[in-house]
Amino acid sequence: MNELMRRMLFLPEQGSAYAVEVDHLHFFVITVTMLGAFGVAGAALLFFVKYRRRRDRQVTEHVEPRAIHEVLFIGVPLAFFLLWFAIGFPLFVKLQTPPKDAIDVYVQGKKWMWKFAYPGGPNGVDVLRVPAGRPVRLLITSRDVIHSFFVPDFRIKQDAVPGRYAQTWFNATQPGRHQVLCAEYCGLGHSAMLAEIIAMPPAEYEAWLAESRRSTVAAAQDSPEDRVDPRTSLAEQGRRLASEYGCFKCHTVDGTRHIGPTWLDLYRKTERLQDGKNVVADEAYMTESMMDPAAKVVAGYQNVMPTFQGRIPGPEVAAIVEFIKSLRTDAVRPEPSKGPVYVPVPGYDPSIVR
Amino acid sequence: MSQSLDTTPPSSADEPAYNPRNYLNAEAGAMSWLLTRDHKRIGIMYLVLTSVSFFLGGFFALLVRIELLTPGPTIMNAMTYNRMFTLHGVVMIFLFMIPAIPGIFGNFFLPLMIGARDVAFPKLNLLSVYLYLIGAVIALYGMIHGGADTGWTFYTPYSTTTVTKVVPILLGAFVLGFSSIVTGLNFIVTIHTLRAPGLIWMRLPLFAWSIYATSIIQILATPVLGITLLMVAVEHAFGFGIFDPARGGDPILFQHMFWFYSHPAVYIMVLPAMAVISEVVCASARKNIFGYKAVAFSSLGIAFVGFFTWGHHLFTSGQSTLDAGIFGILSMFVGIFTAIKVFNWTATLYKGAVVFTTWFAYFCGFLFFLVFGGMTGIALATVSLDVHWQDTYFVVAHFHFIMVGGVIMAWLAALHYWWPKMFGKMYPERWGIVGAMTIIFGFNATFIPQFLLGNYGMPRRYYSYPERFWPLNVASTAGASLLGFGFLLIAVYLLWSLKWGKVASANPWHSRGFEWDTLSPPPVENFLSDPIYTHPPHDYTEVPSGAAEVKHAT
Repeated sequence: MNELMRRMLFLPEQGSAYAVEVDHLHFFVITVTMLGAFGVAGAALLFFVKYRRRRDRQVTEHVEPRAIHEVLFIGVPLAFFLLWFAIGFPLFVKLQTPPKDAIDVYVQGKKWMWKFAYPGGPNGVDVLRVPAGRPVRLLITSRDVIHSFFVPDFRIKQDAVPGRYAQTWFNATQPGRHQVLCAEYCGLGHSAMLAEIIAMPPAEYEAWLAESRRSTVAAAQDSPEDRVDPRTSLAEQGRRLASEYGCFKCHTVDGTRHIGPTWLDLYRKTERLQDGKNVVADEAYMTESMMDPAAKVVAGYQNVMPTFQGRIPGPEVAAIVEFIKSLRTDAVRPEPSKGPVYVPVPGYDPSIVR
Repeated sequence: MSQSLDTTPPSSADEPAYNPRNYLNAEAGAMSWLLTRDHKRIGIMYLVLTSVSFFLGGFFALLVRIELLTPGPTIMNAMTYNRMFTLHGVVMIFLFMIPAIPGIFGNFFLPLMIGARDVAFPKLNLLSVYLYLIGAVIALYGMIHGGADTGWTFYTPYSTTTVTKVVPILLGAFVLGFSSIVTGLNFIVTIHTLRAPGLIWMRLPLFAWSIYATSIIQILATPVLGITLLMVAVEHAFGFGIFDPARGGDPILFQHMFWFYSHPAVYIMVLPAMAVISEVVCASARKNIFGYKAVAFSSLGIAFVGFFTWGHHLFTSGQSTLDAGIFGILSMFVGIFTAIKVFNWTATLYKGAVVFTTWFAYFCGFLFFLVFGGMTGIALATVSLDVHWQDTYFVVAHFHFIMVGGVIMAWLAALHYWWPKMFGKMYPERWGIVGAMTIIFGFNATFIPQFLLGNYGMPRRYYSYPERFWPLNVASTAGASLLGFGFLLIAVYLLWSLKWGKVASANPWHSRGFEWDTLSPPPVENFLSDPIYTHPPHDYTEVPSGAAEVKHAT
């Protein structure tokens, strides 16, 4: 039944369990739609045949609906609409909340290619290798205009917006190849902005990953304008970039309080904001804080950070975020802290800060 | 204008009698048209201008479809293709779908339906035509000198960084917005102040109710589009950082602002279509509408809820999950109001006296496109289904079904239903039905393959595509050529009928809509004497006595 409906509706292969669930909702909606439309058409046809005009100036009776008619007209479709929503929205929530054990991959769209970066692993262009049967979380951004990462086989799509990180995830059921298309119009090469996800058997994937970590060749295809040296791990690149951009002038990495919040254990920490709300410091929040620092200022700190909008390219944001993520207490080396790596701002007295 | 009062009214409403002194021949010469304040002449000017735009937009659409006939390059390069689909969207939306039905039929028939001599502000009405013309010329200048390649949605930061000339087209759309606002204002004031004695709100023709709802959206939403387009123009021309993140702007802000207008704009297009259908169904079935209040208030309901659904265009843009849910639910309420209308229209046929005419065929087509277009809209509003369909051909087919299908069916229904009233001539009925069948079949043949292409995963605005999408694209292009042929056929026989068509009587359909109470074509002052209304419109309960379906004041 599933296979028949899928073929009739020209739906692509179902590459994940999520795709199967979404398709079932699709089949439910389309079946009810068809039956409803036939109902309306049937009623119209019946009335047309039964009440054909006999004379030019035929007199007709004045008919007023009873309340029950209008209640049914509203109630029946509303019941179906809400039912579909009750099925469809939880599926969307599922898509928005990647499993905790997912592998992270950074995705960057640019005119007109997709770049993939694994934390601590290789970079790649237009080919994303993932292990089958494991959830993969994609952290998506763009370098220039808005693109959209669309994988029909997984029924997923997420816009790649410059200056922001958005996430989506999938779990490929079995090894295979799945096309990636750009779905947001981005100019001349829009329709040629194709990529491929290759789901590999987990063992092969591990072997490939280990091999490419050793090799430096994978980096060669990266464009020269990226200042991130792809041979090192993302986190290491992030440390270097953070010091280049002067992040350490205000942020410490050892838990010491300074002009800005420390980065130690910052990832996934719940921060209290000035307006009393709470925010979880995830990738999206950290990216936002680099691009629009004034948007969500942590309580107790002043809004003094300059914006890095347009100054830090996407992959470098990813590297810095990955560096912050690496700064977990359980991940820090056991040796004693070497003290703050920042240089004090001239004329600035940290004790003034409340 | 007292000359028209000397006209002898025809002996019976049924006998063909061309009203010899009508709005068309009351004055002659180009200036009498260019400076007219007669709402009927302004309606005719809109008919000419929007029809030219429609054929221009249709021409671009056919070029797009021909390019998509093969997976690779067919007749143009990628840049030309990107310009073509942009022009198709801009022309069809801003120059045809938004102004067409209110501009032509709203102007022509609203005063006739409420027993008024003209709209409240005849000079503003003329101004709206000129604003339309100026906006169209500016946009046309932009199209000839390069043409934008942004799509009609002008998404930033693409639109603010592209090398093509977007500014003239943005300014053109900005000016066109004023034309729309002026028309809306005019209609609201007209409905409030110029109703004839006896025409209480609950007797107001449903056409007027729906036009009223449209006008509210035009006045409240269009300024937001104007300001948004200006900001894009300023950012493109002077490099202000409003929407471009590289300059400190926020691209998602643009999407919110753009859709805050452009989603309600869908109802600016489709509510007037529903207005026409409410009239046409009553005249077809010789029946009062089933559920007058439900149909009237659902128009206002659509206008109201339509302002709170824009976020359903942003399900994949990274808006919060909660927002997506709220916008999804709210979007479904629009579906409920539309369902109320569909059921009431269908139930109007119950115990009626239905006759099959060209405009009844278009009514059936309208119902078909509205039901399937609307239900695919509900499917899109269930959020998780939208993730797959967003920005694919499924969405393209969905809005062509509900918006374009709805507007074109209603526009053609109105054109045929009111043709005798507007020009005093009958169109050839057989050709009319052939035309209707061609259009409805062609429309389905064009867009059903596009629904399937969307399911299959083909994104929109693709110049080239993987080969697996080929067969469905060929089917769609074949349908589009049939559609183009259908429109040509209709244009030919309508123009033919202006000269050689049979003379129409004042009321060839025996309709009891108020606009049929006057002569065909109507005299300049609309009515020979001031009408007083004692019945609601479309009251078919008693045999009419002679021609006098309205009691005239002495």
